[in-house]
Amino acid sequence: MNFATRVLHGTSCFDPATGASSVPIYQASTFHQADLDQPGKFDYARSGNPTREALEHAIAGLEGGERGFAFASGMAAISSVFMLFSAGDHVVVAEDVYGGTFRFLTKVLSRMGITVTFVDASQTEAVRAAIQPTTKGIYLETPSNPTLKVTDLSAVCQIGKENGLLVIVDNTFLTPYYQRPLELGADIVIHSATKFIGGHSDVVAGLAVTRDTALGEQLYFIQNGMGAILGVQDCWLVMRGLKTLKARLDVSTRTAEKIAHWLQAHPAVTRVYYTGLADHPGHEIQEAQASGHGAVLSFDVGSRERAKALFDRVKLPIVAVSLGAVETILSYPAAMSHAAMPAEERAQRGITDGLIRLSAGLEDVDDLILDLQQALDSLPSLEAAAPSEKAFSRA
Amino acid sequence: MHLETKLVQAGVGKDEKTGAVNFPVYYSTAYRHPTLGESTGFDYTRTANPTRVVLEEAIAAAESGDGGFACASGMAAIHTVMGLFSQGDHLIVSLDLYGGTYRLFEQVLSRYGLTFSYVDLRDLAVLESAVKPETKAIFVETPTNPLIQITDIGEVAQLAKQHGLLTIVDNTFMTPYCQRPLELGADIVLHSATKYLGGHNDVLAGLIVTKGQELSEKIRFLHNSIGAVLGPQDSWLLLRGMKTLALRMQRHQSNAFAVASKLKEHPAVTEVFYPGLVDHPGHEVQLKQSSGFSGMVSFRVRSADQVKPFLKHLQIVSFAESLGGVESLCTYPATQTHADIPLEIREYVGVCDRLLRLSVGIEHPDDLIADLCQALDASLTLGGSVR
Repeated sequence: MNFATRVLHGTSCFDPATGASSVPIYQASTFHQADLDQPGKFDYARSGNPTREALEHAIAGLEGGERGFAFASGMAAISSVFMLFSAGDHVVVAEDVYGGTFRFLTKVLSRMGITVTFVDASQTEAVRAAIQPTTKGIYLETPSNPTLKVTDLSAVCQIGKENGLLVIVDNTFLTPYYQRPLELGADIVIHSATKFIGGHSDVVAGLAVTRDTALGEQLYFIQNGMGAILGVQDCWLVMRGLKTLKARLDVSTRTAEKIAHWLQAHPAVTRVYYTGLADHPGHEIQEAQASGHGAVLSFDVGSRERAKALFDRVKLPIVAVSLGAVETILSYPAAMSHAAMPAEERAQRGITDGLIRLSAGLEDVDDLILDLQQALDSLPSLEAAAPSEKAFSRA
Repeated sequence: MHLETKLVQAGVGKDEKTGAVNFPVYYSTAYRHPTLGESTGFDYTRTANPTRVVLEEAIAAAESGDGGFACASGMAAIHTVMGLFSQGDHLIVSLDLYGGTYRLFEQVLSRYGLTFSYVDLRDLAVLESAVKPETKAIFVETPTNPLIQITDIGEVAQLAKQHGLLTIVDNTFMTPYCQRPLELGADIVLHSATKYLGGHNDVLAGLIVTKGQELSEKIRFLHNSIGAVLGPQDSWLLLRGMKTLALRMQRHQSNAFAVASKLKEHPAVTEVFYPGLVDHPGHEVQLKQSSGFSGMVSFRVRSADQVKPFLKHLQIVSFAESLGGVESLCTYPATQTHADIPLEIREYVGVCDRLLRLSVGIEHPDDLIADLCQALDASLTLGGSVR
């Protein structure tokens, strides 16, 4: 069955009891037990709820995994998955992970005795070189946020296998529509479902899918034990969003491609990051391992002053923290998604003061380009910026 | 202002634009920034959501605290607070404890180098002797679950202060209507708000309340970083439940007293644990530190054989795992809520196979008593002889 059909019919997205086309919201925290010796399938809603189960089945099916889990947020999914590790363990992490993941790893998990090494995961050999005797896992985001570096998933999963490591992939930017890391050898896939899967900027949610049942049991223990589960109303909203995932991504990706090419030709833009551009260093790998390039691109306007001027002048995009919505969202990684990362770490990762991230929505692409054009055409000249800053932003 | 008034007025009139009496549910995850470097105070819903903020302010005010934080479940609240501690830290914990908390401590957090000692907190000398150089906090449940033992919060908090420890109180059983641990010297209060605060068995939620700005900021950081936050619809449902907390608690309590008194007289029952009964060993302490006794009653039947027929014959009371809702629920701790606690600890504490826990709802007391009595009667005839 093709993805477009599976996203609607290949999941448990209907209610077996009544045939209702949408799973009901079981707003119940507990379930009556008919018999002491034969506990029912559901006993307490933290441990399991029919509405949440429907979503968990749906995402497991779409990612091609054994078991799905719904969490209170993307960060709740990430922090719960990292609880699979114990004090003394070491994890190799892609260096330009989301700022919130970076903060959790360096400020919370570090106090629990788990160490991490950040590497440029687009360099496969750098991942191998970072492995220590205590290494237990590899954590990836591809394309990365916000500079869209591409990791060769099969190659890194192979390294993981050779060394007996758990390979965890944050698949938020591409969703299972474009990329299914479990099929490429990963063990766990994570989503901030707040983004493309939910798709409407109206629900915060996290998802995880495990490749096999044993790992599923371990993660279930943590989900139930730590209790960072997703509420039923939010589960239902995520499922509702999921039904239009393909239709939304088809449009948003076409728009992102068109905008990326257009920005590349605009003199006010010093650099464009989008894996769909043929000269993007990860273009070939992306074409091989994913069926699309997604709706997120980043571009550099050279300085903070010019970035601010652009934000002040655009009329259509929402200036906000987040991405993956029906509305086009512009954000400023240095002060938003990656504010939790120290300035020197940001600089190392190319997250300059002129970098802007665009998540294409469903508006008409010509309207968006017109709006960007009027804003870019009137930016203060790049020459007015300090030379050092200019050089930095082009580095 | 009295608690009843504070709770009912939570969020009222806060939506100035429309005057809506009930604060709206904000589903938005992202918030438009006026320009670069400016914010409305709301950026991203995990960090702050307007609906959740109304709830968080309401519980902070009700518990006389400085910071309120809403989490995805009671366990998520406990886990978030545990993020305060680091590898090598030690905590002293109530011996009689909810099984899920014990499981989190022993099977998850122990892997990160945190250690826990389980102590009968009614004995201050035992408590003091458990303090080690690496001890960082005392974690209190009072009344305990399920044996309803009463800990003197003021005395424990005072001892904690002398040793520079944090006092964390799980106030799920009492709610701020009956007991406000921060006023007694505690630093952090936790709730499984799924229980009395929500009150309708329809929403899973956890709440944290902190005393002081420094502690509040630490929890704010962990709440946002770990991300186990409560969704806006659930925040709204919880707030809706909290508006009737006082009314419900009054009824839970009077029903519980009636049920506990009746159970004591029933031949199928050997012991009844309810702090409202004058002969309960914690009755005096409870009177000193709380303004009520809540609705949780535990009791032992004569023989374990009675448990199954008793549960089977209940018609009004549901056999289900939870508590604090308007509907009466009966739980069998040995296999349900406390199944994760090792048998030897359960036996030492007294969570035996004859123990049942009742969350007395707000039905008419006569109906509840009649239902319990007929099921107990049946348990005697069907469950074998009276030993």
